[in-house]
Amino acid sequence: MYPSRFRYEAPRTLDEALALLAEHGDEAKILAGGQSLVPMMKLRFAAPGVLVDINGVQGLAYHQEVPGGGLRVGALCRHVDLEHSAILPGAQPTMAAAAPLVADPIVRTRGTLVGSLCHADPQGDWASVMLALDGAVVAASPRGLRTIPVGEFVVGTFQNALEQDEIAVEAVVPAAQGTRSGSYLKLERRVGDFATAGVAVALESDGGRVVRAGIALTGVGPATIAAVDAQQALLGSSLEPDVVERAAELAAAVARPRTDHRGTADYKRHVVATFVRRILTAERAPAGAAA
Amino acid sequence: MTATEPVDTTSDTGAPTRRITVTVNGERRVAEVEPRLLLAHLLRQGLALTGTHVGCDTTNCGACTVLYDGAPVKSCTMLAVQADGHEVTTVEGLGTPSELDPVQEGFVAEHGLQCGFCTPGMMLAARALLNRNPDPSEDEIRWGLSGNLCRCTGYQNIVKAVRWAAEKEAQ
Repeated sequence: MYPSRFRYEAPRTLDEALALLAEHGDEAKILAGGQSLVPMMKLRFAAPGVLVDINGVQGLAYHQEVPGGGLRVGALCRHVDLEHSAILPGAQPTMAAAAPLVADPIVRTRGTLVGSLCHADPQGDWASVMLALDGAVVAASPRGLRTIPVGEFVVGTFQNALEQDEIAVEAVVPAAQGTRSGSYLKLERRVGDFATAGVAVALESDGGRVVRAGIALTGVGPATIAAVDAQQALLGSSLEPDVVERAAELAAAVARPRTDHRGTADYKRHVVATFVRRILTAERAPAGAAA
Repeated sequence: MTATEPVDTTSDTGAPTRRITVTVNGERRVAEVEPRLLLAHLLRQGLALTGTHVGCDTTNCGACTVLYDGAPVKSCTMLAVQADGHEVTTVEGLGTPSELDPVQEGFVAEHGLQCGFCTPGMMLAARALLNRNPDPSEDEIRWGLSGNLCRCTGYQNIVKAVRWAAEKEAQ
């Protein structure tokens, strides 16, 4: 399979890339890792007239801590960089759990977190993780930078909130209000398949109590879903068993899965509840030990 | 075909092309390509390096895995123009007939192949795995090769082959 014809541009600076977007408008598409875009171009689901390859733009291949428990992830930070990160295991447990589960090891060499957010696939792992973490996307344009919360950035199936002349240059995790904990679980029939269901949980605790909770669901609706009621149920708690059970039920209730060859809608809701319960129960043990 | 003679992969449709320079298996190659040419096709058709197989053509199977600046990539999911100025290693560059890479020796010793279609991609993925982790457990090998599918389902011997290579390299 071949993509349809396009003009290829490889800018060396962000300003050059922005100028190309300004010139070509909705004909242009940014190429970063390309692990979703290139397959879509081969299948002719996408046929950009101009491909702006930003892999040669310097200064975007980073991930670094921000004081206070935050994190910045540049547009060319690959999944593999996050999988083998020295920072994430201690600082960002939900991200550390998700990184080895994204796609497969070869795809992780090229694919990027920011690109995954832009692709806005309801099956995307990072959108759930970043939504649970209350993260944001920083978009650059000739007008400067603007920060878009992930909940507003993902506007629908394969739809993001970028303007035609904007490039997503960074994803940001805000500072924590307490000690971070959490995880990410995904059920897939085989590595690299679309998820049957996935759950991201990101907690911040102070004095053994949950002060902020994020729960987001992968692959069980037309877009990434924030389980807002389940999050609320956790606030102020120490993850007591009845609270965990309530959160699991509430999270399953907001899932909007469809019955397909990966399972029935009921089964997928059951997986969501099980994953929420499993993550929260595991988190309770160390918190209880510390108190 | 010499190293400096450009390979023309283009049709005569008049579509715009670019001249790229890629170091393939240590040799500098110059090619005239359309931007939409995939790296896998440059290797197979342009450079006649048919050891790189195209299986699913949809980023699933990993048969087309090559090393790009030392890292494993699916060459059906990269454009040839993206290799301009970079280094690519295919199975033809993994070893020589007289001196096989330990991964290749392992696949021979443990019979890590049946039909052989996935084998080049498997071996390059295994090479990349061992470069990062010289002493992987069976579990780590299975995870490390989970982007490569064997349609004969011969995984047991593939895992043994990679362990064989790890042990040889540890000596």
